[in-house]
Amino acid sequence: MQTNPLQQAITYLLTKMADDALILGHRNSEWTGLGPIMEEDIAFSSMAQDKIGHALGLYSILHETYHAPDPDQYAFLREEKDYLCCHLVELPIGEYDFSLMRHFLFDHADALRYEFMEKSSLEALRPLSKKLKGEIKYHTLHANAWLTQLCSAGDESYARMQSALDYCFPLALGMFERREEMEDRLMDEKIYPGEEQLKEAWLERIYPILVKSSLNLPDPVNTSPINGGRHGYHTQHLQPLLNEMSAVFRLDPTAKW
Amino acid sequence: MENNSLDPRVNRLHLSDAASLVIVNDGENWNVYEVFHQEKRGAHHEHVGCVHAPSPQLALVFAKEQFGRRKKCVNIWVVRSVDILAFEVEDEDMFANNLDKTYRDASGFKVMEKINKYKAQQREEK
Repeated sequence: MQTNPLQQAITYLLTKMADDALILGHRNSEWTGLGPIMEEDIAFSSMAQDKIGHALGLYSILHETYHAPDPDQYAFLREEKDYLCCHLVELPIGEYDFSLMRHFLFDHADALRYEFMEKSSLEALRPLSKKLKGEIKYHTLHANAWLTQLCSAGDESYARMQSALDYCFPLALGMFERREEMEDRLMDEKIYPGEEQLKEAWLERIYPILVKSSLNLPDPVNTSPINGGRHGYHTQHLQPLLNEMSAVFRLDPTAKW
Repeated sequence: MENNSLDPRVNRLHLSDAASLVIVNDGENWNVYEVFHQEKRGAHHEHVGCVHAPSPQLALVFAKEQFGRRKKCVNIWVVRSVDILAFEVEDEDMFANNLDKTYRDASGFKVMEKINKYKAQQREEK
């Protein structure tokens, strides 16, 4: 499929971003009809739809420029080990505290990835990041508003958000899992600044909001990240999700939709 | 009845005894916010409906998806419904004679003709 090492690295970068968006979009859509209140149900479902759209945008670049299969085929017909999403996005939706915290931690990192892509030396990435900017801005605004609201809504609410943060944090660090052979190529070509720099920027971005919400950030230095996803090792939750997500598509992969 | 399913659809709220008091704590009762959207910069904000939210920030966040996710929209206002002051329905009679006072209508001015003439002239010059 890939012809040279740089194309391989670009495919790796776009695939992990797209897979994160696809899987989290699918997960978040599981709240549709079950959200805590109608307004939030609509907002959360709408953002889940956006995520699938982001995945499509990235898969399309891969297809058009980097010889990947058609976006639907690529999204639905790969084996589990070929997905590069992180563990954070794979976990079941759990309760709303977890889903919101995941949304908060993920979307701030996502926003930064697209910001970096806008400055990338690789021109093919810039139009998409520009196009998605406003959408992702809303996603982080939504997450910030909920976080500050729930952290000031009484002891139980605050305690649940803190424990959701404690639980999600090592998983969130797994978003920045490195694959050096790929990353070095991207960094050399100034296509992407690398996960370490992204993580630092992310910590700086989320910290003021956590302070505003009086949440305690677990120590990033002494927390072991939950890695594996970027190398194709996944949680037990991914395969059942893939089965469900692709069930209809697999009935007839050649069907025109 | 215990149910250990992880599917959120089968979890059920355990209602307490119907005779016991329902206590509503501070912050549990959400406000209704009226939503106004603006289709383009400089246009009036128009009332489009309402949302239910615990804070102005979240009201705005909700309003964006309820009323700003389709078609054109450039901005949204939200305001708590209780902060809007209005007349009572029975006081509608204050406006009853408006239709007789046509001398107050702004319809008699000839300015539109002038504007249209000017526009036509501009087009011709192009």
